[in-house]
Parts: sequence; C-alpha cells; structure tokens
Amino acid sequence: MNSMNLALVNEDPEQKKRKHSARVEIEGELCKECLLCIEACAPDVLKVSQKLNKLGYHAVEYIGEGCTGCGVCFYVCPEPGTIKVYKRINES
Amino acid sequence: MAKLFLKGNEAVIRGAILAGCKSYYGYPITPASEIAEAAAKFFPLVGGTFLQAESEVGAINMSYGAASAGQRVMTASSGPGISLKQEGISYAAGSELPIVIVDIMRGGPGLGNIAPEQSDYNQIVKGGGHGNYKLIVLAPNCGQEMCDFTMLAFELADKYRTPVVVLADGFIGQMMEPVELPDPVNKIPTKNWQVDGTKETKNNLISSIYLDENDLEEHNIKLQVKYRKIQETEARFEEIQTDDAEIILMGYGIVSRVLQTVVEEAREEGIKAGLLRPITLFPFPKDIINKLCDRAKVFFVCEMSNGQMVDDVRLALNGKCPVKFYGRMGGIVPGTQEILNKVRILATSLPARGNYTEKLSETFIKI
Amino acid sequence: MIKDILQKPESFYKEFYRKSGSNKLTTHYCPGCGHGVIHKLIAEAMDDFGISNKSVVISPVGCSVFAYYYFDCGNIQAPHGRAPAVATGVKRAIPGSIVISYQGDGDLAGIGGNEILHAANRGENISVFFVNNAIYGMTGSQMAPTTLIGQKTTTTPYGRSIQNEGYPIKVCELLATLEAPVYIERVAISDTKNVMKARKAIRKALQNQVENKGFSLVEILSPCPTGWGVKPTEAKKWIEEVLSKNFHLGIFKDKTSEPVALLNEAKKFDPEEIKKIIGEKNQNEQDTKFSKPDVKPKYQNPRIKISGFGGQGILFLGQLLSKCAMISDYYTTWLPSYGPEMRGGTANCQVNISNKRIGSPLVTETDVLIAMNLPSLDKFENDVKKDGLILVNSSLIGRNVRRGDVEVLYVPATRIADEIGNTKVANIVMLGAYIAQTKIVSNDCVLYTTNHSVKKKEFLKVNEEVFRRGMEYVISYKRKSNKEFDTVIF
Repeated sequence: MNSMNLALVNEDPEQKKRKHSARVEIEGELCKECLLCIEACAPDVLKVSQKLNKLGYHAVEYIGEGCTGCGVCFYVCPEPGTIKVYKRINES
Repeated sequence: MAKLFLKGNEAVIRGAILAGCKSYYGYPITPASEIAEAAAKFFPLVGGTFLQAESEVGAINMSYGAASAGQRVMTASSGPGISLKQEGISYAAGSELPIVIVDIMRGGPGLGNIAPEQSDYNQIVKGGGHGNYKLIVLAPNCGQEMCDFTMLAFELADKYRTPVVVLADGFIGQMMEPVELPDPVNKIPTKNWQVDGTKETKNNLISSIYLDENDLEEHNIKLQVKYRKIQETEARFEEIQTDDAEIILMGYGIVSRVLQTVVEEAREEGIKAGLLRPITLFPFPKDIINKLCDRAKVFFVCEMSNGQMVDDVRLALNGKCPVKFYGRMGGIVPGTQEILNKVRILATSLPARGNYTEKLSETFIKI
Repeated sequence: MIKDILQKPESFYKEFYRKSGSNKLTTHYCPGCGHGVIHKLIAEAMDDFGISNKSVVISPVGCSVFAYYYFDCGNIQAPHGRAPAVATGVKRAIPGSIVISYQGDGDLAGIGGNEILHAANRGENISVFFVNNAIYGMTGSQMAPTTLIGQKTTTTPYGRSIQNEGYPIKVCELLATLEAPVYIERVAISDTKNVMKARKAIRKALQNQVENKGFSLVEILSPCPTGWGVKPTEAKKWIEEVLSKNFHLGIFKDKTSEPVALLNEAKKFDPEEIKKIIGEKNQNEQDTKFSKPDVKPKYQNPRIKISGFGGQGILFLGQLLSKCAMISDYYTTWLPSYGPEMRGGTANCQVNISNKRIGSPLVTETDVLIAMNLPSLDKFENDVKKDGLILVNSSLIGRNVRRGDVEVLYVPATRIADEIGNTKVANIVMLGAYIAQTKIVSNDCVLYTTNHSVKKKEFLKVNEEVFRRGMEYVISYKRKSNKEFDTVIF
C-alpha cells in the first residue's frame, strides 16, 4: 500500500479513523486498455479481462476485493466515464 | 442639426459607437491609424474596450472572441494588415460571426506605399481567405457615409451573422468633410447563439469545424443560401444622370467622386454620360447594370487598380454591352480631365457590340 | 475537497452528443492520451468551484480541437494558435466569465507564439492550460517546438538537430520573465504523484481567475503514446525519465499572494449621453452658424491648394478654411498630403468650398494657390487656372510669379507674423489676406472658428491680431492703389 498516494487523494484526516469499505466500478465498454490504472493501483486489485469490449479492447476489471478507495485509478484514467470509485459506504 | 468636421477615419468610430459597438481591437497602419486613435480616445469614455493588439492576427482574433460573446466589435486596417487578418476573417465567416472590418486601402502589392489605391477589391470581395465564403462589402465615398455605412455594417453583420467590410481608400479615410451624427441605435438585437458565460448560453458553440464531409457541405450550402438572400435583398447603388445615358461610368469610393464631376462636365459638352456607383460591392448591383445596358452603348469602368471590379461588371453584363476600363495604380488618383478625355474619345467612337478587346495602352496609360 | 464517490465530473456532458459516430460515451482520444486526464482534472475543478455555467473553453487546433465535445460550458473553437487572443476578446467582453485557453505545443509555442506572449504580458485574467507532448499528435507525429534534441519525428526523421531546428522552447521559463503573469507552473501527467500535482496546479490556475488575480499558465507534460509509438505505460515512463529531465517541473512564478485590483463596475451610458461625448462640443456651439457673404463670381466655389513646408501650419490653415465654410453652410472638403512626408519636408492640402455637392475633392485645376515657400510655388504655379489667384508668401519666396494670366497677392506673411512675435502664425496672416481679397466667409466666422480650433489659449490673441494684419495688408494696399489689381508686387 502506497501511503503517500492515499494521503494525496484522501485529504480528509478523519478518513482513516472511520471504518469504511471501498470499491471501484469499471465501465468495461468504455475502457481502452491503456493499463495506466493497473500500474497505478497500489493494492493491485485491477486486472485485464479476457473478453473484448465493443471498442475492441480487453477492458480492465476489479478483482472484487481489496480496493482501498484511494481514487488513484480514477485520476490516472484518461477516460471521463470509465472508472467510478466509492471511497466509503455510509453505515446505513 | 449641426455638423462635425471629421476625417473619414474619425467618422468611422463615431458611427461605430452610435451603432452600439463596444470594443475595438486594432493595430496601427497608415492610412487607417486615425480609426484606432479615435477608438482609443472615445471607447474608454463610453464604457467600451479599446485594445492595441500585438498584431493584426491578434486583433482579428480578439474581435472573434468578443463577437462570440455577443458584443458588437470592430477592427480596422489597410491592405498589408488586412492580408494578415484573412485567416481570422475566414474563421469568422465559417463560424458566422458578425464582425465589422474597415479596410482603408493603400498602394500594393507588398509594402507598396501609403497612397490611396483600390487594389484590395479582389481580396475583400472575392474572399481573401480560404473557403467558400463571402463578405458583405460597403463602399463609402464621403465622410458622412464612413459614419453611416459603419452603422449599417453593424446592422447587416448582426442581421446575417456575417463579417462585414467597409472598404474605402486612403483619400476617403484621410479627407475631412462635414458629418452629421445620426441618431444612436437604441436596441441591439439579442443573439440566441452567443457564448456569454451564462447558463442560458452554455450549450452554444462557436465553431467552423465540420469534420464530416456531409455536415460541411450542408454548412456550406447554408452559407450559400444566406449569400443568395443577401444578393437579392441588400444590393445598394447610386445613380447620377443615368436615365438617358449612353456612356455609363462606373467607379466606387474616391473614384466615384471624380466620376461625378466628369459626368457634370461631360453633360455640359453634350455627352450623354451617367454615373452608376456601386455602394455594395458584395452584393454587387447586377440588376441595375442589366437594366441600364438596354439603353447604354458602353460601360466605362474606372478604378485605382489593375481592373478588379470591372470583372464583376463584365460578369453582370455577360457580353450584352461593351465594357471599357481605365485604371491608375501606385496611389495616383485619376484626374477629372484625364477621364473626361477618355469619355470624349468614347463618345465620338462608341464601340460596336461584340467589340470587347482592349489594348493595355488604352487601359493604363495616361492620355 | 472531500468526495465520497469519484466519478465523471458533472462539468462534462453526460453524453458527448456533438461527437460523431455512435459512441457518445468515450473521448476521441487514443488510449493513454494525456488530454483525457487533463480534461477530467479541469472538469472536476469546474464542478468544485461551481463555475461551469460561466466558463468558456477556447478549443485550439490540434487533437484537443474537439474539447467542445466534452465540457458542459460555453465553447468556442479558435484558429490555430490564436486562443489567447480569442480569450482576450471574450474575457474583455464578459469580465465575469471564466475563460480557459486550452492549447497544445504547436498551437501555443509554434504558430501562436506571439498571441500567448502578449496575452501573458498584458496579464489577461485567463487560465491557460498548455499541453506539451513534444510532438504534433493530430497531424501525424511531426516535430513540435518542444521536440527534444535527437527526438525522431516524421519531419525530423534523423532526430531533431540543434543546427537545423534549434533547441526545444521552454515556455514557462520564457513567460516567467514577464512582469504580468501571476502564476506559472510546469507539471506532468505521469505517475500518481505528478498527476495529483497537476490536479492542484490546474485548480490553482482556475482559482486565480475566480479571484481576478490575473494571468495563469500551467504547462502540462502529457503523454502521446500513439505519436511517440510506445505503449501508454512506456509513455508514462518516458515523461518521468526523459521529458521532465528536459522540461523541469515546478513553479516558475507565483505572485498569487499579492493583493488584487478590484474590477471596475462597467458604467452604463444612455444614447444621448454617448452622442454628446463623441460630438465633442456642447449643443450651443454646434448650432452656431454664420451667413454666407456675397462673393464675387470669380471667387465662388474655389478649389484651393495650400502648400509649404512642415511646421508652417499648412494642414491647419486648410482645416480652418473648411470649418469656416462648413459653418457658413457651404459644402466643403479638405484633403491632406499624408504619411511620412508630413513629418518634415513638404506639406500640402486641397480644399474645396462650394455652393453645391462636391464631386471630386481633388484639386488638380487650381483656382487658388496659397504658396508658403518657394518649392510650393515652383511645383504648383502651372496648375493654377487662367484668371486664378495665387497668394505668395513673399517673405520666403524671392521671385515673382512667372505667369501673366493670374491674379497675384504678394504677402510677407512670415515677416508680419514675426513682428507679432511668432513666425508660426504666418498661416493665419495668409488666411487674413485670402479672406480680405475674396470675402468667401465672414470675418466673424473666421475668428470664431480660429478661437474654437486653437488649443493653447495664448495663441487666441495672437491669431486674432495676425488675422487682422493679414486683412489690413491687402485692404490698405487696395486703398492706396484705389483700383482692383490684377498683379500686386510688394
């Protein structure tokens, strides 16, 4: 886990005290397989899928667990609508 | 109403301000500099913007920006500067932006000189930039018209969403004459296409790029429809003693003033001469030319150029009447007697229909 | 700014409806292109500052020519390199807007070098995002002004050479030498740390504009994997290892802590007020009229040429005559010689005064010649019509008029003016002489016009005096000779 990256994105000092779960949603049809997110992902929870999307790329997908919600993938992704990061989910 | 005694160039700015023009972007050049100087003096006093741009290119693009935002805006220059503005003018025509551009023509090509010529006709009327566009072109011949036509230019620019040029020569710009200020424009039409930094206009786009061939052709057709409508409705001209004229003299700007005197003197000698002076160079007043050619025996076109407007006269006549041309270049304004001599010769030997050849010596060399 | 969910900013269109083709959800940019990241950072900042409604993005020429596909705000597409000039026009027209000039390296540092230099130097209150990828991506990988030494492009197939193409241009360093810019920083779209620094810089550039601080420019080293012919992940490395070693990252200028001048509220003018301002006179003055005197037929409708050397007030004399004519209800024109020759050397002007509308304003056949020096007489004597009138400044012209078919008045104008104590008013002596001879306008009219045309008040008395002396000179001679003279030699 790259703590520096996390600190850069999660500017809220209260954040780490809270109990939270986080996840990333990737719109596979909008992915162009540049792989920048995979390289940037500190917990290494993203991978390339086997099947091609309609654009002809092997989209990146979330392995389903381990996301810290740091948001780095969101910022390095050149596509506006491909990656959505939930930093935490409300207790409710 | 009392009059002001103004240079044509100074009258331009009076007209612009009365028309509600809010900004002026320009670069000094003789013989157009008084326009910038008058703008620098008056625009700050009436809550407007005057900015001396870093270049003519900068000036036309600043105008492009202000026009995009919906402001009435103008720029002015002379031939060499207008050449530099052509890129921006083409973009403005493509993006359908109303910008008023004043060209006070001087001698060319290249650096030429600062004396009056009319050699920018082709670059202004025929489109000096790239693409299938036209500009509305107004040609004043006195100080009053420099003021009035600048106002008209703003009106037409907004009406048709197109750049409009006021095309004059160094003498019309430099000459001082009495000018009566018209009433100010009170209401400037709102523009539903402008991009003015508000929620209401944020879906508007000012652009001239149409990547798809079909889209671009459609855009071009739209422009041509607009130009056709302008041709049909906005042609303006002035006639002096054309009713029974056998020799129709044609010229615009300062030349039309000389021709007016030529007609007066020719009439005193019993020569049936008349003057047809195009006020709009685009739209070119083709209909009146065709009307006059029924009676006229010859059209005699005089320009301070190598013969540029004369092509439009020939196109309008399409061979129906002989056309003779006389031109002075280098900044020399033809004198009354000089042209009158030509007219006298024409009057004694009216060319036969079908005789359209001209010797270069007849066309250019002073009698 | 704390957000629970990071997702497509609302300052992007939900669907990119202007984009051609069926895919309206992805950008037109290649995989791994830096533009997408930069767009996202700008759009996020627009969201956070709540400025998308009042923002205007100027799209350049280059790959980001279609920036207007994406930003949900006002959009203007500009000619290549001219975005800073266009932005200037927009911002001056609507000072409350947020104007963003988005430009590539060819656009900003090449063809638009002059526009950015001067917009920066004027301190235009705009935000410029300068995307530097050291190559012309859109047109097929040609050399950019920022292409590195030795870098191969399609127009530097053997690598950029110092001898042929010179050095890459360092825009931040250049512009930081100017006084006006408030904030200039270079960042990079490479690893996470740098992307987050870029995010901060972009936000700051926009914040500065919101706070009316002035000109901000952020240069962003940005990957062009397609143009460079590498994978996106390799492009990222190249920025880190090569590009940012040539273009150093960091802040080059930051004056944002300095106080900001307040914007002046634009004053509204009513049309009548405006007319008054540009009329330059009060209403009473404008309405002043003088009646035309009875003028002998031979002096009617004169075509006048006035000539002398620069500094003799030649053009001013002509203007005075024309103004007198105007308020006496004549038609009139004044045409100067203009340009370099009026700055020293000879000067002349042509004046028409007429009872009817004036056709040609050119004075080729001259009715009246006012020659203030010898070269003028030499040059124009023969243009005067038979029975025309020549006024000769005999103080400076040591010869007689050679023709016998014209009327001549020899007036020692410069000497008379000198007696009053100022040779500069010789022109007014001549005016007096001309008016005394022809009575084309009334004396009152001349005095009124002169008084209203002279800026320095100390000249008022002098002018009045020399005008009278000029008149008296002609009249007294007439009385002495007691006849209408054809040629008078003093």
